Amino acid sequence: MTRTVAVLTAGLSQPSSTRLLADQLAAAADRALRLHGERVQVEVVELRDLAHALTDNLLTGFPSGGLAEAVETVRRADALIAVTPIFTASYSGLFKTFFDVLEDGMLEGKPVLIAATAGTARHSLALEYAVRPLFAHLRARVVPTAVFAASEDFAGSAPDGSLSARVERAARELADALQSDGRLGSRTAGAVDHFADPTPFEELLRG
Amino acid sequence: MQFGIFTVGDLTEDPTTGRTPSEHERIKNTVAIARKAEEVGLDVFATGEHHNPPFVPSAPTTTLAYIAAQTSTLLLSTSTTLITTTDPVRIAEDYATLQHLSDGRLDLMMGRGNTGPVYPWFGKDIRDGIPLAIESYHLLHRLWREEVVNWEGRYRTPLQGFTATPRPLDDVPPFVWHGSIRSPEIAEQAAYYGDGFFSNHIFWPASHTRQMVDLYRRRFEHYGHGSADQAIVGLGGQVFMRPHSQDAIREFRPYFDNAPVYGHGPSLEEFTSQTPLTVGSPQQVIEKTLGFRDYVGDYQRQLFLIDHAGLPLKTVLEQLDILGEEVVPVLRREFAALKPAHVPEAPSHASLLGLSRQVVTA
Repeated sequence: MTRTVAVLTAGLSQPSSTRLLADQLAAAADRALRLHGERVQVEVVELRDLAHALTDNLLTGFPSGGLAEAVETVRRADALIAVTPIFTASYSGLFKTFFDVLEDGMLEGKPVLIAATAGTARHSLALEYAVRPLFAHLRARVVPTAVFAASEDFAGSAPDGSLSARVERAARELADALQSDGRLGSRTAGAVDHFADPTPFEELLRG
Repeated sequence: MQFGIFTVGDLTEDPTTGRTPSEHERIKNTVAIARKAEEVGLDVFATGEHHNPPFVPSAPTTTLAYIAAQTSTLLLSTSTTLITTTDPVRIAEDYATLQHLSDGRLDLMMGRGNTGPVYPWFGKDIRDGIPLAIESYHLLHRLWREEVVNWEGRYRTPLQGFTATPRPLDDVPPFVWHGSIRSPEIAEQAAYYGDGFFSNHIFWPASHTRQMVDLYRRRFEHYGHGSADQAIVGLGGQVFMRPHSQDAIREFRPYFDNAPVYGHGPSLEEFTSQTPLTVGSPQQVIEKTLGFRDYVGDYQRQLFLIDHAGLPLKTVLEQLDILGEEVVPVLRREFAALKPAHVPEAPSHASLLGLSRQVVTA
């Protein structure tokens, strides 16, 4: 069957190393899922294009146009790859804003691969102390390997092993997470639709 | 179909002059706006209820009673009455009194308000918002229908052998609407009682309204009050008009850009494409308003917001002239031509009185 992987990237420059890392992860996830006999559809969401719409959403309370489509892309996806640049020791404000405007429960049970870029490897733990807790709060299923890439990784001069090995490992974990149980993705997990299936009033009245 | 206006009662600086009206002015202006609404042939005037600056309408029945005394046909309503933080006994008494004073020209809309901090000011907890709305309204519903009420609930001291006075005019309780933007429980509540459902509609995309109205209509039928298309639906709308649409856009833009709620966010053009806001010619308002029917079905009440964001009184009164002369007569005609015969009008005191007499004589 076809699996949809949403790739969310919060890089600001063009080309951005955040987008480059996102593309590497998407390609690796595609390979790993094909090994499981799956077809893969990758859908990329560039948050830079939605920066105004995200601010508007904070003020108006609803997503407009392209942002509404991006939210739907993430909602429908079987898995999510989320990549942020590290700004001031944490995820970027733009990255966080996207998750701030999602409806409660939208990422519940969804397999997520987290990744980040920064100018220096000294920020690598930001994935563990900032990004991972964010997704824990959203009750997503974050795979164990979080991929951090600093400038030296792109230069191929990092002392602690290759970026591509970490990318492949994280992608395998994401593919495995998609295979691991019957409640694949978030399509069947998560909240009840209270509009399709309202709580009967007698029950509400009983408190 | 009923047409009218609803006000939030905000005290907002006019961004074109830097002037903010005094509370006294705003309250008197509200009365002037309501009188004008009747004069230009509108049916309904509704006021919000707020207990914090920058809003003035904390005592809606006082203002509405004053307006009732100065009008003769205008139906008075609320948008909304805070069923969560107001004692339902006081709502029963205050609005029954107003119903007598206005000779039945009254209905009201229950809501939970837009201000989180209001709950503790009245000894309540915002986390109980929905359960409060449900329990308190259930008590209110009984207080208006049962002479003697014994009652015990979670949010109010018990009542033993209590009679709310005065009794509703002609023993016909005021018609009630329930307003909510996104809470399915409130659509369910309105459907359960066979009450009206009002969607604020403005500031939000049509999808929110459609989803809530669909649910309400479906459940209205489920609870046996009639077919889904006979449910009683009201909608908000937000308009600013000039004969030439470019003039309307130019004049309204500074108010839009600085408005509370959505100001400093999307552009006027984006917001008009995303929400019911219409800034343009009377013809554009007519076309957009008729389009609401495409996603909510035939509905009974259309209220416009025309007096917020610091617009001066003179401008608001001009807007009312345009509504009364050029917009509402066309909408009345067009909506009436489209509405099937089995779809009812919004209940009024007279129609509800007629129904109760039929029940008595049957």
